[in-house]
Amino acid sequence: MSQNTSSVIERRIVYFLLFLAVLLPLLFPIGWGSDVSPVVKMSYDLIDQTPAGGIGLISFDYEASTITEIQPMAVAQIEHAWSKGQKVIATALWPQGPQMAAQSFEEAKRNPLFKDKEYGVDYVNLGYKVGGMVTVQALGSSFKDVYPKDSSGRDWDTLPMLKDLKNLKGLSWICSLSAGEPGLKDWIMIAHDVHKVPVTGGTTAVSAPGFLPYVNKNGQLTGLLGGLKAASEYEALIGKKGPATTKMDAQSVAHILILVLIAAGNIKVWIRKRDKVNNTEVTNA
Amino acid sequence: MKRNIPLILAFLAGLLMIASEFIPHRPFSNMVETLEDWFMIIAGFSIVLGLASLLQMNYQKISTKAENWGYHLSCVIAFALIVIMGALWGMEDQPGLLGQGEKIVSWLGKKPFDYTYDNALVPLSATMFSLLAFFIASAAYRAFIIRTFESNLLMISAVIVILGRTGFGTMLTSWIPESYRIWQLPVLADFIMEYPNTAAQRAILISASLGIIGSSLRIILGIERSYLGGDK
Repeated sequence: MSQNTSSVIERRIVYFLLFLAVLLPLLFPIGWGSDVSPVVKMSYDLIDQTPAGGIGLISFDYEASTITEIQPMAVAQIEHAWSKGQKVIATALWPQGPQMAAQSFEEAKRNPLFKDKEYGVDYVNLGYKVGGMVTVQALGSSFKDVYPKDSSGRDWDTLPMLKDLKNLKGLSWICSLSAGEPGLKDWIMIAHDVHKVPVTGGTTAVSAPGFLPYVNKNGQLTGLLGGLKAASEYEALIGKKGPATTKMDAQSVAHILILVLIAAGNIKVWIRKRDKVNNTEVTNA
Repeated sequence: MKRNIPLILAFLAGLLMIASEFIPHRPFSNMVETLEDWFMIIAGFSIVLGLASLLQMNYQKISTKAENWGYHLSCVIAFALIVIMGALWGMEDQPGLLGQGEKIVSWLGKKPFDYTYDNALVPLSATMFSLLAFFIASAAYRAFIIRTFESNLLMISAVIVILGRTGFGTMLTSWIPESYRIWQLPVLADFIMEYPNTAAQRAILISASLGIIGSSLRIILGIERSYLGGDK
């Protein structure tokens, strides 16, 4: 068997094993628990300690490709804010953000506790605005100028919960759920650094390390949710067994498989090297 | 002249934005607000430009029957379909040219745009992103080989972080007493992320920021002119 054929077969085996590693825990959940990390707790505390009636803003700065990791964070935070009697505004710096927001509100309202939450009173979806950081800067001056209408075309003045909201300073907290640029960084640099509004965020697991420097003594970022694990920890904090918790088993098994594959790959290379050395010694002898 | 006017405009706009950071009062604050409005309007037009470019590029590939032109054709068809559905029946609560499309909603359960979005775009996008996992698994087997001291370090921290990020890792070291908590895998993973990782990320951030300041100054001072386009 040539080396190429062997490599193709090996790759197929790896793909099949990964497929099983993801599928089986979804069908037969294991129920591994996990500790809540301090950065997730910080994010939770920010919303938890906001008084009832406060307005929080969630910026949906992601699209369908990262829905599995980020959407559970959105739903959990909306439910958390509603359970504390807060109101939630959804905005988006990404074009698909308004759909992500609509789906998140819809899912949160499936919880019997929140089925009576009313559009315009408890939540609004203001929609997408192009411009990234400049849009955030403009929100610092006036919300109404940037969003004269919501995503469905309703006038700003017809939405009761926005009556007293002038600019970013009227918000109790901001959370940017971000899968790239524009996103969380823009909110930190303008909403927190200029207007001193507490900002928290959620990102994919691969982006999270890049945002950790912002969780510092200056409070640039009040906690961070990085990937599905953080989403599952947030669900645990609000006492919910949601989609992130269910999917964590699959992710854990897949991670373990990757570790096994790394070990197998190294062993394979080590055996090859040993054989090569042995062959050279035999030839020399 | 054709190049000098844009250079002068860039210089003035750059100076104005810098001045407004240090003097956040009138007239600078008002002028900056106006510039922000202009930016959002121009950025809005870039979406139209992007769509036009998408159609033009795909049309060229289809008309010349370039390699895999069928994919370009399917892109244009999908684009046209989603535009037509949005224009005729709107999306979510927004009406389209034919109103809210009650009949089609009673049949599909949603407006055609929303139905297509939820049942085609979302799963397709998620699938594309998920395929990365297969490449990562394959690469982990073939490429993550310990050869040097540095790769050893990388491997050790990778194992700790990967295990620390799983429920299995939590279970594996949960027997370690509280006084030795630092050796529990999730705590160790958090430590690696919080200190060595953050230190490295800060260095990268500071370097990148210095680079951004440098290239911004080059643009404001007219040294960097590639954004103007053209060969000269």
